[in-house]
Amino acid sequence: MSIRNILSPFTAWKYLFRDPVTIPDPLNDRPGSPRYRGFHKNDMKKCIGCGTCEAICQNGAIDMVAVEGIDASKEDSGLRPNIDYGRCCWCALCVDVCMTGSLTMSNEYKWVESNPDAFRFTPGVDKKHWDNAALGYHRPDGYQLTGRVREQMPELEPAKRIESFDEIVQGYDVEQAKLEADRCVACGLCIATCPAHMAVPDYIAAVRDGDYERGLKILYDTNPFSQICGRVCTHRCETVCAARHEGDPIAIRWLKRHITEQVPRDRYRAIIGDPAPPTGKSVAIIGAGPAGMTAAYDLARKGHAVTVYEALPHAGGMTRYGIPEYRLPYETIQHEMDLILSMGVTIHYDTRIGSDITMQQLEQDFDAVILAIGLQMGRSTRIPGSEHAGVKKAVDLLRRITEGEHIDAPKSMVVIGGGNVAMDIARSMARLQKQQHGSIDVTLTALEDLNHFLADPDEIKESLEEGVNILDSRGPQQCQVDAEGNLTGLKTWKVLSIFDQQGRFAPSFDETDEQIHPAEMVVEAIGQMSDVNLLGEELTERLEWNRGRIQIDTNGRTSESWLWAAGDCVTGPDVVSAVAAGHQVAKSIDAVINPVEALTHA
Amino acid sequence: MAYTPDRSQYPQKKADGSLDIDLTSGKYLKLWQGPQHPGITGNMSIELTVCGDEVAEGRTHVGYLHRGFEKLMERRTFIQNFPIVCRICVPEPDFNEYCYAAAVEELAGIEVPERADWIRALILEMGRINSYLMYLGGQAGALGQAVIGQWSTYVRDLMLDRFEELTGARIYHMFIMPGGVRDNLPTGFRTRMEHTLGEIENALRDIHNVMFRNAVFEKRTRGIGVIEKEWLDSYGVTGPCIRAAGVPRDVRKDQPYLVYDQLDFDPVIGKDSDIYTRADVRRRDLLLSVDLIRQILSRMPQDDGPTMATTPNVLHWKIEPGETYVRGECSRGEYGYYLVTDGSGYPRRVNVRGPSYTHAMALFERMVVNCNIADVAALLVSLHTYPPEIER
Repeated sequence: MSIRNILSPFTAWKYLFRDPVTIPDPLNDRPGSPRYRGFHKNDMKKCIGCGTCEAICQNGAIDMVAVEGIDASKEDSGLRPNIDYGRCCWCALCVDVCMTGSLTMSNEYKWVESNPDAFRFTPGVDKKHWDNAALGYHRPDGYQLTGRVREQMPELEPAKRIESFDEIVQGYDVEQAKLEADRCVACGLCIATCPAHMAVPDYIAAVRDGDYERGLKILYDTNPFSQICGRVCTHRCETVCAARHEGDPIAIRWLKRHITEQVPRDRYRAIIGDPAPPTGKSVAIIGAGPAGMTAAYDLARKGHAVTVYEALPHAGGMTRYGIPEYRLPYETIQHEMDLILSMGVTIHYDTRIGSDITMQQLEQDFDAVILAIGLQMGRSTRIPGSEHAGVKKAVDLLRRITEGEHIDAPKSMVVIGGGNVAMDIARSMARLQKQQHGSIDVTLTALEDLNHFLADPDEIKESLEEGVNILDSRGPQQCQVDAEGNLTGLKTWKVLSIFDQQGRFAPSFDETDEQIHPAEMVVEAIGQMSDVNLLGEELTERLEWNRGRIQIDTNGRTSESWLWAAGDCVTGPDVVSAVAAGHQVAKSIDAVINPVEALTHA
Repeated sequence: MAYTPDRSQYPQKKADGSLDIDLTSGKYLKLWQGPQHPGITGNMSIELTVCGDEVAEGRTHVGYLHRGFEKLMERRTFIQNFPIVCRICVPEPDFNEYCYAAAVEELAGIEVPERADWIRALILEMGRINSYLMYLGGQAGALGQAVIGQWSTYVRDLMLDRFEELTGARIYHMFIMPGGVRDNLPTGFRTRMEHTLGEIENALRDIHNVMFRNAVFEKRTRGIGVIEKEWLDSYGVTGPCIRAAGVPRDVRKDQPYLVYDQLDFDPVIGKDSDIYTRADVRRRDLLLSVDLIRQILSRMPQDDGPTMATTPNVLHWKIEPGETYVRGECSRGEYGYYLVTDGSGYPRRVNVRGPSYTHAMALFERMVVNCNIADVAALLVSLHTYPPEIER
């Protein structure tokens, strides 16, 4: 023990002369640091109510609740996170995982309230004094808890695919599909948006687990056109996907296709299972397209005797006769149709209602009849010269290509229209030109400018890659015919506007900007309509109509109690909407013709 | 002059070697120290059997803080466990975050960006400083010297400010996630950290003068609470406790993790293995951490690079079957996480190896025998015990 160690502790006395280090008024003088994880904020304009915050919260502190004034829509569940501060630990996983970046934290950490219930609140809805705080924890740039980038789909190169009608999209392999499925957060906005309400998160989970048979069962619960929709669906689900806000939407359509490719075809029937025992009721369906065949599938599975009448030699409707084989191979459609027919559906091909059998006969012979005739007739521009034999309708040409008919491809041609059908015929004819002449000369003209084309962006991109010459904002004026009566081209004017001030279709043109597009063939692809001659005069009179389409109620039933209508002929062209309509009429018919059974199944 | 208890007299033993304590003899008194007692570390208690003012037997009782973390984690996803683990050690939570994250990364095969390793090391050293500052206050307080705690709490608060601006929280930082760390250093962090380190060095100078160069403190701590050489390995002694016994064992040096192989340092050792030496080793280890933080800040990559690796979607993150043990040198010794995965989205088993478990349960019961009752608090504190890591 030294004298130093006795005296040294007295140096503590120097603190007598120091200022205190405490903060006199910490409640006001001590704001949280800029990245402090304080009280939550939620940007109502960005939040889509996907509930991913609720899913990740390890404390169960977040409940998604309905909020007055916020309605559910396709892109928004209408729910908002309600946070219980009795449970929250401010770990900010909810902020990190937020799919839109709407959920953030302020740097505020003081909140005095006498009512304990107040500490369960909905940020952004219940106004708080920190709502406008500029600082606080935000997810830093560049890090993510869910994948942002879509797996690239393997496709044929443009130079290779123009050689043939081989399918362009090659499909994911198992590894890619798992990675893509891994990105899904299972918010379910896709289910609400899909017309057929397919259980998307469930079958994506099946892909993740590699349990493809489970996935297939889920697919065929809601969509007997799963193989077809897996290729050509308009995938509205992907337009509302939560992942699209800060990255690419999940490739839902390709994952559906992946499941159907992974299950051996001979296993399908066993996985889907047998239909119910016969009920003794019978239903006639006119048209073997998506709506008709979906209704046939549903009704047959419920045990009803279903007979389908198809005017053409194959089933599939527009999916077969409208969509080119490079997007949807015929053998895929055939497998899908065989599967539906295997449920005990009878089908009569090449049978035209109206001429071979009358509607009256069907009314007498069956308990219910479904009209699912689609939109089979192409519309005409009715411009001068459009009645020339060299002017064709796109749907007619596509049907002839499907039927295997030889078509003499013109050396040069013009397509009128900017929708998917226009792209289909342009690209199909380009393939025929390549096969027959070795070179491509297809010009596509449309009223719309390129940013407002009705066709899918992928279609436009691929058309351009394949050498189709796309001219936007061109209005067709006349099909040029020379002295010998040969079609020589199409005259177009520059489009100034398409709609008038009331929003009606009334295109105006700049006549000084005139172009002649030389062509041996002009194809009109500006829309389709139904051929309703089969109804007969008397029935046409009796039925109620709505702007040229048969009027139906919310269940798809027409004004005639025995007749239902579904699909493109009443709702316009879209495969998955037709599937949904098929389900709807099947359910409605089942409830009418077999009321007890329907009740017990409800 | 060191206090030397008469070890020959107590405890009396039976022929089979067990303690011969007849509580009805009137010679003994049962005394509970804790769970509410100023001389106890956190929520635990010691059941003492004393004979006069000498301890004949001591039993540690834990469980006051049991929250079942290891079991909780088996029902939470890998990302959901990350906010839980920090609670296993309140004063130095970062080792839980690091060990858990490193174990998950190892089993999931995730490569962490180099920047994240530097920031992780920085955070771990900051946490070590905080832990030691708390210890110094407690060690002095156990011997009645309250002022040390006031000084160390002040500088610890400055370090909490640095934690707050770096991680967004003062106590439970939740910054080291599986995959990396949440963010880069904020602007101006180095300058403010340098100021804080300066304040800590000033405070430590004062603490050295008042606590260590103090005849009373020396009298109460030198030669007391000695960990015998033969106990070191049999009781699994690690950290400052073993270094104070002259064994240079330090995971940072022996099995370098993060960036410790790129830093210059030697383990701090002492030789007497008593309370004083352990306190002094910790004081010098604290200064070593100050130096290491300076090294880290000057040597880490200066650009704003990524701090997080890409992980699978955390909502359904599954890890292939495997097991691993990840360890690090925390302020109390070797901290370790044993993690078993079974291919599902949840850990099959998580076992937390906190140094307090061996130090405060087994070793302490051995050391407390024949100790003077007035020294029990100082002895327990000198083992640097954090009860939550005993109970998990």
